[in-house]
Amino acid sequence: MASILTAKKVTKRFGGLVAVNSVDFEIPEKSIVSIIGPNGAGKTTFFNCITGFNKPDEGEILFEGTPIQKLRPDQISRLGIARTYQNIRLFAEMTALENILVGQHIFLHASWLSAVLGTPNVVKEEQGALDEAKRLLDFVDLTGHGDTLARNLPYGAQRRLEIARALATKPKLLLLDEPSAGMNPRESEDLTVFIRRLRDALGITVLLIEHHMRVVMGISEHITVLDYGEKIAEGSPKEIQSNPRVIEAYLGRGAATEGMETAHERHQKKAG
Amino acid sequence: MRTSFGERMLDLVVTGFLWGIRIAILLAIVIGTIVTVSKGHYTSEQWIGFVVFGVAQGAIYALIALGYTMVYGILRMINFAHGDIFMTGAFGAYFVATWLNTIGFVDRNPFLGLLIPVLFAMILAAAIAMLVERIAYRPLRNAPRLVPLISAIGASFFLEYAFRGFFGPGKYAYPPIKALDGGWTIFNVEIQKVQVLVVAAAAIMMAILYFIVMYTKVGKAMRAVSESQDTAALMGIDVNRIIVSTFALGAAMAGAAGVLFSLVYRQIDFFMGFTPGIKAFTAAVLGGIGNIPGAMVGGLVLGVFESIGPSLFLEGLGIPRPYQLKDVIAYTMLVMILLFRPSGILGERLSKKKA
Amino acid sequence: MNEITKENFLWSALKIGLLGGAIALFICLIGMTEIFSKRAVIEKVITLGQFVLLAISVSCGLIAARRTSQLLRSPSAFSGLTAGLVAGLTVGLVLALFILAGDKINFRAVFLNASPALYKVLTFEKGIGGAWILPAAGAISGLLGAAFPLIPTSVRRPLFHAVLFLFFMALFSGLFRVVIINQGEKGEKIAKYLFGQTGMTVPGASIFFVLVGAISAFWSAFGKQIKTSASNLPKGGKIGLRVVAIVIIGIIALGLPRVSGPFIAQVIVIVALYILMGLGLNVTLGFAGLLDLGFVAFYAIGAYTVGLLTSYGPFGMQHISFWAAVPIAVLVAMCAGFVLGLPVLGVRGDYLAIATLGFGEIVRLLAGSDFLINYFGGPQGVIGIQKPCIGVLEAFTKIDVPRMCRGIELKDPQDIYYLAIFSAILIAFVSWRLRESRLGRAWMAIREDEDVAEALGINLIQTKLLAYMLGAAMAGLGGAIFATLIGSIFASSMQLIVSINVVALIIVGGMGSIPGVIVGAIALIGLPELLREVSEFRYLLYGAVLIIMMLVKPEGLWPSQAAKRELHHLDAEAGTEL
Repeated sequence: MASILTAKKVTKRFGGLVAVNSVDFEIPEKSIVSIIGPNGAGKTTFFNCITGFNKPDEGEILFEGTPIQKLRPDQISRLGIARTYQNIRLFAEMTALENILVGQHIFLHASWLSAVLGTPNVVKEEQGALDEAKRLLDFVDLTGHGDTLARNLPYGAQRRLEIARALATKPKLLLLDEPSAGMNPRESEDLTVFIRRLRDALGITVLLIEHHMRVVMGISEHITVLDYGEKIAEGSPKEIQSNPRVIEAYLGRGAATEGMETAHERHQKKAG
Repeated sequence: MRTSFGERMLDLVVTGFLWGIRIAILLAIVIGTIVTVSKGHYTSEQWIGFVVFGVAQGAIYALIALGYTMVYGILRMINFAHGDIFMTGAFGAYFVATWLNTIGFVDRNPFLGLLIPVLFAMILAAAIAMLVERIAYRPLRNAPRLVPLISAIGASFFLEYAFRGFFGPGKYAYPPIKALDGGWTIFNVEIQKVQVLVVAAAAIMMAILYFIVMYTKVGKAMRAVSESQDTAALMGIDVNRIIVSTFALGAAMAGAAGVLFSLVYRQIDFFMGFTPGIKAFTAAVLGGIGNIPGAMVGGLVLGVFESIGPSLFLEGLGIPRPYQLKDVIAYTMLVMILLFRPSGILGERLSKKKA
Repeated sequence: MNEITKENFLWSALKIGLLGGAIALFICLIGMTEIFSKRAVIEKVITLGQFVLLAISVSCGLIAARRTSQLLRSPSAFSGLTAGLVAGLTVGLVLALFILAGDKINFRAVFLNASPALYKVLTFEKGIGGAWILPAAGAISGLLGAAFPLIPTSVRRPLFHAVLFLFFMALFSGLFRVVIINQGEKGEKIAKYLFGQTGMTVPGASIFFVLVGAISAFWSAFGKQIKTSASNLPKGGKIGLRVVAIVIIGIIALGLPRVSGPFIAQVIVIVALYILMGLGLNVTLGFAGLLDLGFVAFYAIGAYTVGLLTSYGPFGMQHISFWAAVPIAVLVAMCAGFVLGLPVLGVRGDYLAIATLGFGEIVRLLAGSDFLINYFGGPQGVIGIQKPCIGVLEAFTKIDVPRMCRGIELKDPQDIYYLAIFSAILIAFVSWRLRESRLGRAWMAIREDEDVAEALGINLIQTKLLAYMLGAAMAGLGGAIFATLIGSIFASSMQLIVSINVVALIIVGGMGSIPGVIVGAIALIGLPELLREVSEFRYLLYGAVLIIMMLVKPEGLWPSQAAKRELHHLDAEAGTEL
């Protein structure tokens, strides 16, 4: 399968701290791929490097063959990469519908003058955008909440709205930063289904950062493990679960997540 | 979809424009200076005179700048009312000094006659700053950053016009102090006693402040709080108390600066804090905001630049009455430093995120 | 068990009283009491100065009573009243002490306003022997304040409205008087019956009091019914109501300057100009979240452009007509927005505020300097700006000779009024359209979270620059009208304070809210312009208002989202009816 995104020897430093150290990384097209690792392993920084928020100090990132490491975030977004954030970052004082409409910004072309004059083209464009936004609301099960201020939505709805906003940019690659954070098992089960649907129905490649091992193991086709900014392992869920370096990284530091343990146990059971 | 042609043009224009500004300002300074120097309109004694004046002025800026820098370091907030705290100090000292003067105390004991108003100004300024912090800033400490800034602008206007209400819109003349009249001539350069006093006093104050911040318990707590309020609080530091003492300390410096300013310019009014306030902020940014030695250096650089600038390069550019544009030099420096090096000449403390 | 941590209610009342006393003393010392006492609320009964002091002790009484009911486990009416009495008495005592001390010490050596006139006002012209009146009045008013919550709501509310209205009428009585007198002989009689030279007459005040009280009582009894019946009207009826309202407002707006005279017209024009500037800054600050403290620069640029292009004075450059100059001025302001915006937009947050402040000051200093005196007239400014002419404007002949206008010349504020109002409405419409467009959403996204907006494909530089340019253009239009209104421009009138005014009115009205800008401009610019007494303290009040708004209501008096949700609500209703 062709890879949609290729990172070559990407390094990012903050002063003396090496947040991402010479990471090679590849995402096959139309796949669901995860990055895992303990807290502070450099996962989010790596995300930021892909989306252009941080500029890598060394290395190269190719998106569909185009180097993007020197582009601004808005340019990268227009190439077809969208993301969500670990701590939900919606436009809190705007309505749900407006949040999605902002996501559609790049597909709207009204100049300020024609917007003021309200030319037929603008009216048509706005109507189209509104229809599309409502469709996306429906897609993430937020039908009827369009006029609610984003900050007034319940937590889970905010997560879904953030995804809908990202989808509005019609991405080819969607980066989800801990989408299941704060969800109960039931909700994360739904999330797994939802992410599969994104890939299967819309053909979007998905890259996840996730702590919740049940989600990661259940959904990913390929997993990369970062620790201290370095890639310590990659492979299929099964390979990762039995990888001694990974287990050490998680357990050895005493910061073991329950998820990892349970996933591990389940694996043992299956094997036994 | 790739970036459009228009966008690329815009990027080009932006970068071109920014470089254009740099080059234009640099050229103006260089050409102006060359022309002025080649004309030889001023003697070297005059130049030294400008520098001395600039140093005295800069020392005052530096004193005020300390307050900006300390508060910014600890709260990441521009205390817009700080210039007006400086004004309150000047007013406080004025009334004490006038009273001491009428009873003849200043003539009998010039040293105490100077010191008492300064101390009073420092106490008054600190008290007012603490009041302002309590009323206008503390409740807003966790609000979005524009909110405390706007509140600070409000506090600034409130102070200015409250003082206008108390004392009227007119100018007050600071009482003359005979012991400070005249000066010395060293190598043909005339140095006024006032200038020496201002520089010496400012140096002493800054030394005291530096000692407090570096070696006392309160100072160490201040530095801890400016690193991280939460951690400091966990270490048992009373963060509120430390923030209040930071305001008080900065205000005391500004109050003293107010007296020194009055000694140099001899007149005070309710609006006197505005321009020095902005300039002191410039000095603080120039030296790297949050950085105490930086504020001192920034103040001196700004003072000297502003003092020699009009004669050095504006005159050479053929600008009539260049001293009218003295403030333009300061403001241009302010804008340029914010544009091109927001971390200041000494400062590395301010990363992009904090700015 | 909570009692232990709570303080004694009398002690708290005393503290509230002391605070009130300090505020009252402050008001006296800044000279407000003295100036306000020249104006009466009700002639020969109570002056405005006394009214304000009384209002302080009444509110202290009210607050003390409230606090008491929180502090005590079983609060009674008696304890509340006692607390009110103590608080009010304390306010009075503080002032009385001040008077007694003032008899021995000359406060005037420091405080300009600790004048014999102030003592006279405070002692009701009875000399030092009248000092006892203050604590007595304080105690009574504190008691009244404390008693206020005990009155049933149906009486309390009309009472409150009536008092508020009296205060309002007292402030504007001079204005109303002149306006009514202007309406002929009958008007003069009515005016003299209702208003005296300095305030309302006793019969006038009673009439207003009863009238407002009655209306308020009526509204609280039947208001809900009226509202529901109005909203139950068929759609056509609703639209009809709206049309009628708009027509009435339109007629009032058209006729107002003729009825009110030039002074009020001029005030309204100035308010309209601030609305223009406010709408401009609302785009940059309210929509896009970019705080610009040098906004006056664009106003100045608009004004100077029109001035230089149309002036028949020594600095006139082109001698074109006002109508041709305005679009040019707007364009020039827009370009200035581009040029000043380019560099500063890389600067973030509060640094941007300071950088723009620097720019504003640079523009003002340059315009007023001898360096550019041959272009901008230096401190003497540009004079002899041609008034707008509808009709044929004759050619320029000689310096300092105005060009003849064959047709209608808009030379008085009453004429320019229409121009200003029209522009304000036009720009309000433009702002509204912009906000509802993709640009408006992009600006708000930037305001909310710049990084996320950028990650969604919004080009920050382009979008911010556009906000800056459009804001500048609106301010430039305001400046253009200002130039022709005043007929001359001086660099000294382009102070930072103008920018602060604009920021303040946006904050007060509500950031990002278009009606908020209008409310803010009327409250912060209109009222002080109309009231000489208040205008003396306007910047002090601005300062206080900015702080209080940030502490209490940072979203402003007319927040944009609430207004918007209301709109959506209406739409939803309309939808269900279909």
